Amino acid sequence: MSRLSRSAGPLVAIVGLSLVLAVLDASGLAFWQGLVINFAIFVILVVSLNLASGFTGVFSLGHIGFMALGAYISAILTLPLREKGDYLPNLPSWLAGVHLDQFVGPLPIGWLAATIIAGLLVAFVAFLVGAVLMRLSGHFVAVATLGFLVIVRVILFNADDFTRGSRTFSNVTPYTNLWWAWAWAILVVYVVWRLKRSPYGRDMFAQREDRWAAMSVGISVLRPRLLAFVVSAFFTAVAGSLYAHFITSFSPTVFYFDLTFRVITMLVVGGMGSVSGSIVGTAAVLALAEGLRRIEDVTLLYGLSGILLAVFFILVIIFRPDGILGQRELSFERLLARRRSAPEPAAGTSPD
Amino acid sequence: MGEYFLQQVANALSAGSLYALMAVGLAMIFGILRLINFAHGDLMMIGAYLAAFSLFAGLPLPAAIVTTLAGTIVVGLLMERIAYRPIRGGPDVAMLLTSFAVGQILQNGTLLVSRLGGQPVQIAFPAPELLNGVVAIGTLTVPKVNVVSFFTGVVLLVLLTLFVTRTRLGLSMHAAAEDLPAAQLMGIKVNRVVATAFAIASGLAAVAGFLYATQAGQINPYLGFTPVLKAFIAAVIGGFGSISGAAIGAYALGFLEVIPTALAGIADILPPGSVSPGVHDLLAQLLPSGLASYRDAFVFVFLILMLLFRPNGILGGRAREEAP
Repeated sequence: MSRLSRSAGPLVAIVGLSLVLAVLDASGLAFWQGLVINFAIFVILVVSLNLASGFTGVFSLGHIGFMALGAYISAILTLPLREKGDYLPNLPSWLAGVHLDQFVGPLPIGWLAATIIAGLLVAFVAFLVGAVLMRLSGHFVAVATLGFLVIVRVILFNADDFTRGSRTFSNVTPYTNLWWAWAWAILVVYVVWRLKRSPYGRDMFAQREDRWAAMSVGISVLRPRLLAFVVSAFFTAVAGSLYAHFITSFSPTVFYFDLTFRVITMLVVGGMGSVSGSIVGTAAVLALAEGLRRIEDVTLLYGLSGILLAVFFILVIIFRPDGILGQRELSFERLLARRRSAPEPAAGTSPD
Repeated sequence: MGEYFLQQVANALSAGSLYALMAVGLAMIFGILRLINFAHGDLMMIGAYLAAFSLFAGLPLPAAIVTTLAGTIVVGLLMERIAYRPIRGGPDVAMLLTSFAVGQILQNGTLLVSRLGGQPVQIAFPAPELLNGVVAIGTLTVPKVNVVSFFTGVVLLVLLTLFVTRTRLGLSMHAAAEDLPAAQLMGIKVNRVVATAFAIASGLAAVAGFLYATQAGQINPYLGFTPVLKAFIAAVIGGFGSISGAAIGAYALGFLEVIPTALAGIADILPPGSVSPGVHDLLAQLLPSGLASYRDAFVFVFLILMLLFRPNGILGGRAREEAP
């Protein structure tokens, strides 16, 4: 198959997405715009978590901690000077003078820099944490990473000078729009997709499938896990920055277990190890959650949507433990081929 | 000075007993099923709510206790039967995630019921008269509920140990924890053993919930989250999967937790003149009173260190956790 026709599918998808975004942008439908931005942020979170957990088998429950750090770092860095003095009067002097709110033409370059700085700082934190935690496996690493989430939360609550503690951090400049959110989402999907097909990605899957076999052919267990963890933390922090500048006011309580559970549901429903599965899972769970929230608002049975989503999650784990796609990827060629060939290929096509 | 430390010891013992009631249940279920049951904290929450509603309904204390125990045990048994049995023996992480989902169901269910009943999210707990007030032990004053918590914990742990070591059902639980398939081959009815473990664990969680609610004075559907994490830490400290280990770990955690609190205020309680002003200032700087609010971060750092260096607990040998 030629290079051109192989990249045709993704290109068509990107052009189609851009058209949809342009129409949506022009339409002025605030609710749908918000939902589609949310979708992009969740896609980044789920695809990143998939890289860290689905590819390597090391289940992380601490990723929302990275998101929280990304959100706070970017929010603090971009706060304009005149607000900074009133709002965070106790910042240390080296930070008090920083205000990444510059524009080049229409582009908020300062925010872009702040997002990348947040990503790099969080990636460094992830490197330190990962160097310790990636030695663990199974449910022990899950609980240890959950411990990391609790630690981040305690720090956010207590570092008043930086985060305003338990008070809401508001006045964050609303930079995030459809285009920024989806540009980052496409970048993340592309990078993770390429990683999956790269030697690094194959190492990640190899040590997940059988660590002894992998080690016997010279694949280290720690290094691919750590690489996945650090790259994934970078993107999760980016999602945090997008979220911060989308929602514009938040407090440490947002970044806790409910959000963690939501992201994990999307990941497991889509299929651990499948990038396109993550997108499908995110869309499915987001749509379901949004629908249920509507029902909740009408019936006033608050808590119902949480119950039904959890039931749905348990049913997926019992009856379809590999999620919608398992480790497979949706491919445009196969979809087209399937439509052309009259008899459907047998279910459970071979993994790629 | 001495009084200050005795006060901290009393706090540690009372917190330790609560953690022990939770950790032992968590460890029992883990021992048999290799399931870290995160919904265990929500069972404790259910216990607290059942206690609150029974007391609101005007039941006398003994009846309220029986209702709380029975209700929580029923919820625990249903949880095992409906959610955990279908995936028994499945991958570790699948079981862990299922328990999170079960927890979400219990939390949201409680929220739903409590709102339908016209209650706010946060409810003031109608602590029984018997548990209010303080007990004076020498020069110490300890809240009565803390004393009751401590002794309840000790008594229940002793009873549980007797049950596990002296009765047939207890021994078959032990056998199931050693090797589930082998126990099954030896004619042990595994479903019955698992159900018993869940019943006992739920009962202990109900007691912990009652005591916790009395101590905290307020309850909400999310109160189980931190206690179950603490119970997990306790079980890790003591070596996962053994009842006595979990209990010892729980008291160790109780003491570990008061360390930041105890140290945080130490500069202020030193009698004037006992140390030079320089040392006093150094202490005040190194151990600011704000340290106490980092307590949870401190214990979780400790958890991570434990998992790394002594994954089999303080009693177990040195071994690395194996990848599945």
